[in-house]
Amino acid sequence: MPRASVNDFVVRFANVNGSGSASANELFARSVLRMGVPVASRNIFPSNIQGLPTWYEVRVTEAGHLGARGGVDLMVAMNPQTWDADVASIEPGGYLFYDSTKPIPPSKFRDDITVIGVPLTAICNREYTDPRQRQLFKNIIYLGALTALLDIEVAGVESLIGQQFKGKEKLIKPNLHALKLGRDYALENFSCPIGLRVHRADAVGDRIFIEGNAAAALGAVYGGATVCAWYPITPSTSLAEAFTAYCQRMRVDKETGRNRYAVLQAEDELASIGVVIGAGWNGARAFTTTAGPGISLMAEFIGLAYFAEIPAVIFDVQRAGPSTGMPTRTQQCDIMACAYASHGDTKHVLLIPENPTEAFEFSALAFDLADRLQTPIFVMLDLEIAMNHHLSRPLAWDDARVYDRGKVMSAEELEAGREFGRYLDIDGDGIPYRTYPGAHPTKGAFFTRGSSHDQYARYTEDGAAYVDNMQRLLRKFDTARDLVPAPVRHDAEQPTRHGVIYYGSTAPAMDEAIDMLRTEGGHLDMLRVRGFPFHAEVAGFIAEHDLVFVVEQNRDAQLRSLIVNECGIDPARLVPILHYDGTPITARFIASAIGERLDARKVTPLRKVGA
Amino acid sequence: MTYIAKPKFHHPALPKNALGYTHRDYEGKVSTLCAGCGHDSITGAIVSACFELAIEPHRVAKISGIGCSSKTPDYFLSQSHGFNSVHGRMPSVLTGANIANRALIYLGVSGDGDSASIGFGQFAHSIRRGVNMVYIVENNGVYGLTKGQFSATADAGSKSKRGVVNTDSSIDMVQMALQLGATFVARSFSGDKAQLVPIIKAAIEHEGAAFIDVISPCVAFNNHAGSTKSFDHVREHNEAVNRLDFITGQAPITVEQEPGTVQIVEQHDGSRLALRKLAGDYDIRDRMAAMNFLQEHAAKGQVVTGLIFVDPDPIDLHERLNTVPQPLRSLSEKDLCPGAAALEAINSSLR
Repeated sequence: MPRASVNDFVVRFANVNGSGSASANELFARSVLRMGVPVASRNIFPSNIQGLPTWYEVRVTEAGHLGARGGVDLMVAMNPQTWDADVASIEPGGYLFYDSTKPIPPSKFRDDITVIGVPLTAICNREYTDPRQRQLFKNIIYLGALTALLDIEVAGVESLIGQQFKGKEKLIKPNLHALKLGRDYALENFSCPIGLRVHRADAVGDRIFIEGNAAAALGAVYGGATVCAWYPITPSTSLAEAFTAYCQRMRVDKETGRNRYAVLQAEDELASIGVVIGAGWNGARAFTTTAGPGISLMAEFIGLAYFAEIPAVIFDVQRAGPSTGMPTRTQQCDIMACAYASHGDTKHVLLIPENPTEAFEFSALAFDLADRLQTPIFVMLDLEIAMNHHLSRPLAWDDARVYDRGKVMSAEELEAGREFGRYLDIDGDGIPYRTYPGAHPTKGAFFTRGSSHDQYARYTEDGAAYVDNMQRLLRKFDTARDLVPAPVRHDAEQPTRHGVIYYGSTAPAMDEAIDMLRTEGGHLDMLRVRGFPFHAEVAGFIAEHDLVFVVEQNRDAQLRSLIVNECGIDPARLVPILHYDGTPITARFIASAIGERLDARKVTPLRKVGA
Repeated sequence: MTYIAKPKFHHPALPKNALGYTHRDYEGKVSTLCAGCGHDSITGAIVSACFELAIEPHRVAKISGIGCSSKTPDYFLSQSHGFNSVHGRMPSVLTGANIANRALIYLGVSGDGDSASIGFGQFAHSIRRGVNMVYIVENNGVYGLTKGQFSATADAGSKSKRGVVNTDSSIDMVQMALQLGATFVARSFSGDKAQLVPIIKAAIEHEGAAFIDVISPCVAFNNHAGSTKSFDHVREHNEAVNRLDFITGQAPITVEQEPGTVQIVEQHDGSRLALRKLAGDYDIRDRMAAMNFLQEHAAKGQVVTGLIFVDPDPIDLHERLNTVPQPLRSLSEKDLCPGAAALEAINSSLR
């Protein structure tokens, strides 16, 4: 039986990298959104510029499940290289859409799926002579056919095309024509719609469709960052590029044409973080964007910023490691590397957003926290959040918000004779005062160094002074505990002894998994961790439950280790649930892994049976 | 780094500069380097240059890496903010500081280990970006703090204190700086304060990447026979191309020289350099000629010193970045935050 489903199915486009399919596929996702039906879209792409296989997945989900589901209901198979695997991945009863120009032997198909062949190449060859046009319009033609097959409102697609080519009006007409070619062919040759269809709904609301890197870049613009120093590395590159683009739009002085920002593409990650630290030392809000390999390279400088207490913001867009790993696949594998980056006793503040909206919020917050705490602040993104469009709450800004520049002693205060010791803890929160270079002709100068120093920034190898300073840094870290975003808790509808801790891009899959588990009688309280150092609620949550699952996208259960280490928790209480093959974690995986363990606990122990 | 408090007491008749400061107001802590170290002479030259230019000490940011040379910013300009960063990374820290506040004077102090080995890349990239700074390499050809290993500027064939002969080619930082596009390039000798002080003054006034290589013998590990960075060797092989008189503002030029032997170069900020030519028709504005001159003399084992090249109209990093004239760090919410309405417009475009 062909699958039948309204507003709840997965379409996967199998394409060749560099064939121009990305914009057509994104149009498809937006067309569904325009009908008020949420989508979750994902790029699955290789570390390659042209030629290798790439996929784009759109989960149509009126219920609003934004995590990856797993499985494919409709495969748009445009890549002969991956044909066999693509066909095999279709769920029984699913659909296969393909280019039928060249005959394909029957053995290459399956009996349990519906096959829809459209002679895309033949249509293109008939309509166009230019090879690039043939390629690009082929994508729009299949989009047109899909609108008919899935009952997508064509007016929405047409208006999106109009929007996309605003300013390049002569491209609109040929695109609309290509769309119609595909749509007409499907209407004439197949019974439209098929079992999968999109039906107008009202489930999108005011949400926006945005990539995490773009949102984080906007957070940096709104958060007052003026200096960005970076080195290109997937998947962080588009964050620096988006910051540049937004600044070009919103940070250029209209009268003089001069920039109220500086973006420096450095020679490597060491220089990037060096520039950020130099700028932060000198009072500007500065950041760098990188991925795991960059964090490894920056480690020495991160220790300097920790010990000399210099504000810096580091966006780590995590990808699968170790080493070069899988540059275009997602993981949450730098938690440990960032929390304890650099030699000696160091600990760093981490902010862990779940989606683009939080990426925006935590990005802007990071600059306040860096100035307040005078230390590096890590914003822990990952490829899943950063390089995919997500349906996310709209971004909001309060115009009354004032930047927290932290404890900076002014020339007036220095002049008035206020005591200044660069590393003197006057307020008992571990945070000392600083001065900006050039603040005052005769007061407030100090010498910044990564070597041991006393409260007045003087070099010292005195053990007592060293310990005093290291203890103050711990007090400061403790102050950070209540400044980072608090965890978000959702309790089950009925009391339960089981809990689950999760973070970052796992959130949408976790939300869905909780529903799946509940229908099978599994109830769990949930705690989403959003920052490090851990809020007191993390240890409190674990204490309240007999068993807590910790769901992560890495091999070594890094957040779990961090909790064990920092909160002094018995490891037996924390059960790791780990997904780390580089694909985004799915609700199916989480529900199955947690479900199995819950079932195992229900089995009466053998000792009791014998008793 | 010092255990001895330096007395502030000084003779009442000490000369004062235009700001009313004495030479002592430009000093720092007591040096902890070895007695007779060339680096201390360079410290003295920096103090003299800043005093003579009547620079407000707090308008200077002094930034260094790691090593003997990088310790020295603690020994001059105690009213300046200083930053002793990590090994080989002074250039990036200085670049960031400069981007944040273009209104200060940036003095980068480094050594040959710091800049020619671990930090060779950062040296190169800060120069090619045209960061407005004075970049001084206190060059002794040796790792002092770790007791005498060769550095990358040690000449091939030169001998270490333990008698080991260096077999690797040396890096000439001056030639590198020229090739990389530095707009002010000089070499001097820590033992020649008369040459060094005006060079530092001119470099401070230069509004671009100013690089000064100062041969600075290490009395502990590199001042023996067989070394090419010893006092004796440098004195014997020093080939000065010119003598520089640095003139600020509109003061009349009073260089007493035969006509035709003085070259006047006016820098972008109005300061003028009067160069008494010592080496034929050497033109300090000709980068290619300078590179040839250096190669020829290096082949003869000579150490070329003096102001080697200057581009009087450099385009610095801020001009390239097209930044606003005020320091970026002084911009407020009003200048930086586009506001809620602009964000709502962005939201609308993403639906």
